[in-house]
Amino acid sequence: MRSFMSTAKNLNLINCHSCHLLCRAHESGSIAGWVCPRCGARLHFRKPKSVARTWALVIAAAIFYVPANVLSITTIVSFGSTQSDTILSGVLYFIKTGMWPIAIIIFIASIVVPLAKILILSFLMITIQRGSVRRRKDRTRLYRITEAIGRWSMLDIFVVTILVALVHLGSLATVKAGPAAAFFAAVVVITMFAAASFDPRLIWDAKESPDGK
Amino acid sequence: MIQATRLIACHECDLIHRLPLIASGKSARCSRCGALLIRRRKNSLERTLALALAGLVLFFLANAFPFLSFKLETQIQQTTLITGIRELYHQDLHAVAVLVMLTTIVVPLVQLTGMIYILLPLRLNRKVPRLMETFRLMQTLKPWSMTEVFMLGILVSIVKLAKMAQIIPGVALYSFMALIFTLAAATATLDPQTVWEQWNPDR
Repeated sequence: MRSFMSTAKNLNLINCHSCHLLCRAHESGSIAGWVCPRCGARLHFRKPKSVARTWALVIAAAIFYVPANVLSITTIVSFGSTQSDTILSGVLYFIKTGMWPIAIIIFIASIVVPLAKILILSFLMITIQRGSVRRRKDRTRLYRITEAIGRWSMLDIFVVTILVALVHLGSLATVKAGPAAAFFAAVVVITMFAAASFDPRLIWDAKESPDGK
Repeated sequence: MIQATRLIACHECDLIHRLPLIASGKSARCSRCGALLIRRRKNSLERTLALALAGLVLFFLANAFPFLSFKLETQIQQTTLITGIRELYHQDLHAVAVLVMLTTIVVPLVQLTGMIYILLPLRLNRKVPRLMETFRLMQTLKPWSMTEVFMLGILVSIVKLAKMAQIIPGVALYSFMALIFTLAAATATLDPQTVWEQWNPDR
């Protein structure tokens, strides 16, 4: 595919974030309040305040990640005995009972994915803020992965929803959702918004200096 | 404002490309960062429309019939898709209940009806109001449709409860499984560029 080796921004063109229609900005360059003529989305050269917004959301997610893992996510009352589980103790339960595949699935979806998203987005923003030009293609790929895997963290929330619906037999057996469910849901939603507010084009905006650094 | 329609900018690195003619079944990637720019599908609009109509039927089945039943000794707890959401709400986890409701019921329904609202008039050459805005809303909501994640949640729950009691799958569970495949196929066959190109600036 032929390219001009120029970015849309350099040609004073705006790529609509939503429908990817290329629109020409006026010579003055002011596009405040403009909307895409095709889909009606607001037009910006880059997502507005992308780095500041993404940092705010990533930090918020990192804070909520702590109570999400420390507090109990479910409480099971069965034949009079009560047992509270955190996300990690749920994983350990599956390991103890020999259900390795389930343990690995929950461990990845609930613990690895949210943490990886927080770390990857932080790494991308630090490299952008330092104006790094190294391995831009790989960093773009990292962003693509972050965007794609985020939704799978909802797994534990759905498991809690189903358990709460099914195990509802009074003193015989009842499952109650714990406070960690709310914090964990917040982590998932906030990291999804963080990935959406991040603009991968910033990775490519850094100018290459003559010494190639 | 002039639209430079024969050019395309990569949405991930902003590099400008000349839009080539792409045969159906073929795709174009950005020459610099490798992002997928355009993928042409065979009979994209017709296939997606058929899948969306089938999906809508399955959606109603999945919501109307019993989903899973939990049998412990003589007691049976029957649930539908919405039971867990209602239960979370009663346990004062309002935000979580709303989130589950949105991701498993509302957004999938918006996707299905949105596809029909957009594709049926295009197929029949009729005009409907706010077609492009509706498609934009659908594209924005796409990551929030989480039926397949919910399905994995069902499997995990069944395994978790298998030792404790007997789990009986209902009609809705099978409908929901079929819905996941139709919804995923409908989303995959829908090529957004083809829909966007239906826009006529002189209208």
